[in-house]
Amino acid sequence: MKWSHKHLLDIEPLTREDIFLIFELAQRFEEVNLRPIKKVPTLKGKTVILYFSEPSTRTKTSFDIAAKRLSADVFSLATKGSSEEKGESLKDTVLTLEAMNPDLIVIRHRQSGAARFVSTKIKCNVINAGDGWHAHPTQALLDGYTLSKEWNNEFQGKTLLILGDIAHSRVARSDIELFNKLGTRVRLCAPKTLLPRHVESWPVEVYSDLERACDGVDAIQCLRLQLERQEAGLLPSLREYSREFGLCKRHLILANRGVKIMHPGPMNRGIEISSEIADSRESLILDQVNAGVAVRMALLHLFLTVN
Amino acid sequence: MNSELIISNVYLDNELVDIYLSKGRIKEISAPGTLREDLEKVSYNGALLLPSLVDCHVHLRDPGQEYKEDIYTGLKAAVGGGFSHVFAMANTSPVNDNESITTYMLDKARKFFPKGPNLYPIAALTKGLEGKELSPLHELKQAGCIAVSNDGIPVKDNELFRRAMEYAHDAGLLVLDHCEDPYLAKDSAMNEGKLSARLGLKGQPTVAEALQVSRDILLASYLNIPIHLCHISCEQSVELIYWAKKKGVPVTAETCPHYLLWDELLVAQYNTLAKVNPPLRTRSDILAIRQAVREGIIDIIVTDHAPHADFEKDVPFALAPNGISGLDTALSLLWELVVMDELSVKDIVRCLHDKPGEIFSLNMSGICKGGVANFVVFDPNLSWEVTPNTLMSKGKNTPCLGKTLKGKVLSHFIDGNLVYKLEED
Repeated sequence: MKWSHKHLLDIEPLTREDIFLIFELAQRFEEVNLRPIKKVPTLKGKTVILYFSEPSTRTKTSFDIAAKRLSADVFSLATKGSSEEKGESLKDTVLTLEAMNPDLIVIRHRQSGAARFVSTKIKCNVINAGDGWHAHPTQALLDGYTLSKEWNNEFQGKTLLILGDIAHSRVARSDIELFNKLGTRVRLCAPKTLLPRHVESWPVEVYSDLERACDGVDAIQCLRLQLERQEAGLLPSLREYSREFGLCKRHLILANRGVKIMHPGPMNRGIEISSEIADSRESLILDQVNAGVAVRMALLHLFLTVN
Repeated sequence: MNSELIISNVYLDNELVDIYLSKGRIKEISAPGTLREDLEKVSYNGALLLPSLVDCHVHLRDPGQEYKEDIYTGLKAAVGGGFSHVFAMANTSPVNDNESITTYMLDKARKFFPKGPNLYPIAALTKGLEGKELSPLHELKQAGCIAVSNDGIPVKDNELFRRAMEYAHDAGLLVLDHCEDPYLAKDSAMNEGKLSARLGLKGQPTVAEALQVSRDILLASYLNIPIHLCHISCEQSVELIYWAKKKGVPVTAETCPHYLLWDELLVAQYNTLAKVNPPLRTRSDILAIRQAVREGIIDIIVTDHAPHADFEKDVPFALAPNGISGLDTALSLLWELVVMDELSVKDIVRCLHDKPGEIFSLNMSGICKGGVANFVVFDPNLSWEVTPNTLMSKGKNTPCLGKTLKGKVLSHFIDGNLVYKLEED
């Protein structure tokens, strides 16, 4: 096994080999997750700190479970009551954490570039669990892993549609990067106000009409619409958004047979995705959550035992 | 120092000369070795003689934020950087919106540097820079302010801005405007474009600047009152200024060394030392700004010296304050452009001496026989490493940090006095 990375800050430095190695390991760990005793001693004696300075349930729980199933000692810091909230700088907070000799820090932060910033300040491994609008590499990897099982590791010739607020989405950025590396065609669909400027220079096809965007796709990643976008003047109303860009049954008919639906969560049922679709048999939304634990176990294993 | 001195072997307008100084005046300029032999002589081995420079846009942070910079360290950086005239922006704390702040600044500068460099406070256009009520501009003018500006918080209200231009004109103060549409630029951390999209940072579109440039040009034209546009950073603004000047609108403009040299790629790794407002733009903007300087569309070059403490910049990108510390490095950076054949020495003298003198009615004598000694001896070949120790300013926040630059001021005469001499190590 070869793993030469010190940190996971975004998808960019990962090779195809790295990505398939993660998928392969995730598959092995998924098997552990099905056992009655869901624990292996791989990371016994290793210390993992979860520093989430932004609210998170699924990602944080997922990392927590992943680390514990590998027998690592996990410590988590919450938003409320963190010293950063009391005015301490991020630098001082992470230097303080490092002084307690952790082996790896998982960080979630509202500022783009925060994970990179942290990685330049400390010596232990850093995994980015989402920084601002910039990157969410473990989400992209779990999305990739989820589809790898459906697609039998055949990413080429497939088309993925990412639907929704691309401009403010770290998930979209990391997904685009990952699926491009794997050879999947990526489409985006959103109102122009939720697309970044110069999006046409990205390796994607851009649609403003959801029906056309769905034509011939193999998977759809539906993004959460942050309710504050309306206040910022980017949308007239949630109602109008859901009428034009909310994913519902009629769109699936236009997609390829066997189309899969994903959502990184948390969902706004009835806004970006109809309740019917969320619970449909095309939906992989809970498979994504399940895959998340396995992928994060794979990553912790690689960072803490291989390099 | 003797009252008589020969400054030997320096280039003045491409000619190697000796300068004979007597009682602070230039008594003679002649070919090397042709002057009296019995005088004290300092030989400079072909360094460059430039007139003392003017920096019309500096943040000295004093009063109020002396941990970033104070009048003493700021002026020390200025004099070592070749500047004899320093215009200090009004965003101090408290804001320079009344006589007592102006007087405090002038007194402190005179106390530490009785022989110069000279500080010229810029008055706040509105009280507290709040964009609501005009500051007492006559009072500020009489107290010694050289110009007026709402600094980094442009006045949104066009009616108020129009009245401010009229009132300031009566008070004999030129309005310097930071051109930025506050809505388009809201919460932005860098230039808007491909890179901001990739980094996940809120971008500032060039049109945020250009829109305000056009407002100012149209008001200046309508009122026939001059206006000065601060730190122009993009091609679109240059096109508008070109149009305005062709129409005869009384508009002048400035840019900074960083907009002439660096593009947004400097922030690709979230480098907060390159975070500045307006943000670093793109290659084509840089080329447009260079051409505008050469052709006089942009009149002057300023540093927009914006010192910050190291810990303030050592944070995630969007949280870092904007600004680059510029007084120490400006001349070396401009020299890079001369070496690249993008600017000439004449451009530098025009943009940092002649034109500022004209726009702000300063008494600039230049370097001539019979004139008072106001010049710097600049060695274009002297390499120096930019470190916290070599920067005189308290602000170490420059993308040059850790790099080696070429060109250093060896000595600086202001009003006939030697006010700065490079210490040899």
